Amino acid sequence: MTDWPGYIGLILQGALVTLELTVLGSVLALVMAFVAGLGRVSRFLAVRALATTYIEFFRGTSIFVQLFWVYFVLPFAGVTLSPLQAGVLALGLNVGAYGAEVVRGAVKAIGREQREACIALNLSRYQSMRYVILPQALPLMLPTFCNNAIELLKGTAVVSLISLTDMTFQAQVVRAQTGSTLVPFATILVLYFLMALAISYGMRWLERRVTRGLDGVRT
Amino acid sequence: MEWDWNFVWEIMPTLIEGLKITILATVFGAALAAAIGLVFAILRMTAPKPIARATAFVVEFIRGTPLLVQLYFIFYVLPDIGIRLPALLAGIIGLGLHYGTYAAEVYRAGIENVPRGQWEAAKATNLTGRQTWIHVILPQAIPPMIPALANYLIAMFKETPLLSAITVLELMNQAKSVANSSYRYIEPMTLVGVFFLIMSLISVVFLRWLEDRYARVEEH
Repeated sequence: MTDWPGYIGLILQGALVTLELTVLGSVLALVMAFVAGLGRVSRFLAVRALATTYIEFFRGTSIFVQLFWVYFVLPFAGVTLSPLQAGVLALGLNVGAYGAEVVRGAVKAIGREQREACIALNLSRYQSMRYVILPQALPLMLPTFCNNAIELLKGTAVVSLISLTDMTFQAQVVRAQTGSTLVPFATILVLYFLMALAISYGMRWLERRVTRGLDGVRT
Repeated sequence: MEWDWNFVWEIMPTLIEGLKITILATVFGAALAAAIGLVFAILRMTAPKPIARATAFVVEFIRGTPLLVQLYFIFYVLPDIGIRLPALLAGIIGLGLHYGTYAAEVYRAGIENVPRGQWEAAKATNLTGRQTWIHVILPQAIPPMIPALANYLIAMFKETPLLSAITVLELMNQAKSVANSSYRYIEPMTLVGVFFLIMSLISVVFLRWLEDRYARVEEH
């Protein structure tokens, strides 16, 4: 008789690791998205070049290759990371590169007249970004950020391959110990799907929040 | 540990072998995705309501779950119900199914962007359903889709290393086996990254060209 409650418990433990990775990875991705995205619209050539290189590099290879590189090659450069740190770093940098393009696109989409109004009001560059451009650009970013967050959630499955005990890893453990394949894999597929649903509902709620003050301003 | 060029040349033939499998998986995966995407798109748009709803759910489900887990599912669960697939075939089916759901959205958007007037004109000139699709709708719907589809092709190419998890000997897996047998990780892992980076930088240029060529049909 197989101890199913125990195995399901194992998978739920893995789900916590997956959640942790998703949250930490998203935070890093968000930071990188804004840093690199605003870097791409900087007035300094060097900053623009740096941001472009980062974005092209991380979008050019898959999360899998980056994760292995971070986990297996960086130790030779003297940087040893735990699987969790490697996972968060690779996920955050990878998804951050995609997010950066979203930030850039949204900032560019804010009309010229808004920028001119900022100059007319004698706002500094920081002030116009902080109080005028970004509050309007944020609602434009959110739908794509939602997709990016779901991509990040899906990317977390890859960390099971560097021995981090996330949901996919635990499902493999259950498969190895019970010989049953359908139950563990079907369970985690459903759990991943529920998490993706939760992200998209959360984002929709957030979208309503940030557009609240903008009624009538944007068409 | 230092970078060793001799070792690089030594492992190159093995990596090229892996690259061939990677490209093979991408090509067949893309063909399958294109076909599956079309089926999903047509089911969602023209099938009776319950079937369209069910299709929409399946598409959402596949898009919301990781490709890796889907590959495990195909590779480990299907044999239990009597479907035993070789690893590469399982990988191609996984890629095709996953990216087929993305392709389906592209098709749907492309078809819905054909103006209503075109459908009405086709009906007015007494074209059959088949003729309408082949001679009126698809020739207008397909060109704008091409850049978006190419984008997913590149994305799929970058995801092929996941196939190594179900024992397909593609580029990543060859690199891992070389690394494990020689205890040198720097060269194989870095080379895999460089291979993918080069391929995707080339494909970005190609994509720009496609966008110039096809994405601006509606302008004239």
